[in-house]
Amino acid sequence: MRHILKLAGALALAAGLAAPAAAQEKLKIGFIYVGPVGDHGWSYQHDQGRKAIEAAFPGKVETTYVESVPEADSDRSIEQLARTGHKLIFTTSFGFMEPTLKVAAKYPNVMFEHATGYKRAKNVATYSGRFHEGRYVQGVIAGKMTKSNIIGYVGAYPIPEVVAGINAFMLGAQSVNPNVKVKIVWANTWFDPGKEGDAAKALLAQGADIITQHTDSPAPLQQAEAAGKFAFGQASDMIRFAPKGQLTAIIDDWAPYYVERTRAMLEGKWQSHDVWDGLAKGKVKMAPYTNMPDDVKKLALETEEAIKTGKLDPFKCPVLDQDGKQVECKGKGALSDPQILSMNFYVKGIDDKLPK
Amino acid sequence: MGMTEAVLLTVIAAAVPLLLAALGEVVVERAGVLNLGIEGMMAVGASCGFAAATLSGSTTVGIVAAVAAGVALSAVFALLTLGFAANQVASGLALTIMGLGLSGLIGAGFVGRTREAVGRLDVPGLTDLPAVGPLLFGHDPFVYGAAALTLGIAYFLKRSHPGLVLRSIGENHVSAHALGLPVLRVRVLAVLFGGACAGLAGAYLSLVYTPFWSPGMTAGRGWIALALVVFASWRPLRAAAGALVFGGATVLQLHAQAASLGLPSQALSALPYLATVVALVVMSIGRGRTSAVPGSLGVPFVPDR
Repeated sequence: MRHILKLAGALALAAGLAAPAAAQEKLKIGFIYVGPVGDHGWSYQHDQGRKAIEAAFPGKVETTYVESVPEADSDRSIEQLARTGHKLIFTTSFGFMEPTLKVAAKYPNVMFEHATGYKRAKNVATYSGRFHEGRYVQGVIAGKMTKSNIIGYVGAYPIPEVVAGINAFMLGAQSVNPNVKVKIVWANTWFDPGKEGDAAKALLAQGADIITQHTDSPAPLQQAEAAGKFAFGQASDMIRFAPKGQLTAIIDDWAPYYVERTRAMLEGKWQSHDVWDGLAKGKVKMAPYTNMPDDVKKLALETEEAIKTGKLDPFKCPVLDQDGKQVECKGKGALSDPQILSMNFYVKGIDDKLPK
Repeated sequence: MGMTEAVLLTVIAAAVPLLLAALGEVVVERAGVLNLGIEGMMAVGASCGFAAATLSGSTTVGIVAAVAAGVALSAVFALLTLGFAANQVASGLALTIMGLGLSGLIGAGFVGRTREAVGRLDVPGLTDLPAVGPLLFGHDPFVYGAAALTLGIAYFLKRSHPGLVLRSIGENHVSAHALGLPVLRVRVLAVLFGGACAGLAGAYLSLVYTPFWSPGMTAGRGWIALALVVFASWRPLRAAAGALVFGGATVLQLHAQAASLGLPSQALSALPYLATVVALVVMSIGRGRTSAVPGSLGVPFVPDR
């Protein structure tokens, strides 16, 4: 390459012309993360996707990331990337929605990808994962594995995504164990290892023998392991934090999507869209099923397969709410996507009040 | 182990990091210096402690490294605010930002590594006592350390001569200087001690409480410790009581949720801060004769030549 450049330069000099850049300019791609890349969870997985882009297009792309960006003050970071020549920018948290749209309006030639949002523009696409599918599989495992019939659930905030996760988990558990109870503790934080761990301890003290979490650190899993109980990993495979306690984990695999969108960009075929993929497309994956008897493992694999092939929908109708009232079925034989994305009720059998 | 014991043990564990950091800050502020950098020093203590413990395989080495890291960072603060008489609030905030960044850098290679939690230090014979045994004698070494430190600092400030010197410097550094007391030297030592305590609190987080390193794992505990100092009206024993109240408020609301008591979790999460506001109001109402705030708190001291 260097020789070609030299040659080109020599030719240009010989012709008495200023040489234009001989090599094609690299595509610059930017990422905005809400947490540190070392959170073992959400932001870590997005960063794995960024690395996959670098690996897939060596020499053709250049990636930049900004981590721990506060949602309320993210305009500056996003605009900074747009201004410094990044042509494709991924903003990877729900709270980046409005700032992304604001910056996108100012930079029509820069393409934006916003994770978990619902507002789009000509140069703003949205994408997310159907994580509740993985939670249904976890529910099936938990329903089979529990001896006390009490499962502890550590939630971050009572927002639709988390509530839908709890419901899917409960429906999965009920499908194999009608007596199962779930106890929910809200940590009111996405990331505070100490507090998440304390929440798990509180649930264990209440007799829970399986812990599941919708917060980002491995602390709840670690507490379950220390107490000799079982738990599920969150966002990435956390088996090293609980070699004897992790049953499986939901893995957010953004890499194929990020590579696909980068390719579209390089080929000039990028268009705004909304993608919400799950187990079937591999955006949501299950970590190896460990620490469980073979029959439970088999059932888990079958459940995963049934969701993949579309034979099973976690929210297949009829879905009953806490009072036993049937929820209106707006999808085809199951709740529709908008219904899941705005879920604000518990399903029948959850013996708790949803904080509003 | 009964339910009450389980709850009390978690409360104590949650209180320890707050107490350790707050005790250091009590000494710093009693000497008249306001160091808002606790959060940063704690984070560096947590990452250095975990890194050193992982590399050496020894928890003791980890603790020493965490304390040393806290001291080193506070030395920067001492140089700025005492050496160059820079603004203490600005320097403290800068220290927090620097500490959080530095801790991420130091810990980068240790993300995702795990190690065994520091175990309980049982006292033969006493731990097995019914009911009170596990509660009083079934803890990790940090708990005993924090208790000893509380009593030690209380004695130092209230009864010892050096403690009196430190307090008089914090109350009025001009008079203290006129009396020939070494204002800056005492303040430097106090700031370094505060750094050591914050580093120790950080080590507790990454070695005992949740034995792994992750950036941002202090999650605002440094700020709660600062609130705790005010809540305790700059007294070590009250700081211990306050740490139990603050830690208890956090932990009890989690237990209340797990027991489905139906209390609003968002409101309960704000309890430590509400308690501080209430304490401030009560203090300002009951402030008849003297103020609890050290007179020279936050004021730079430049000796006249």
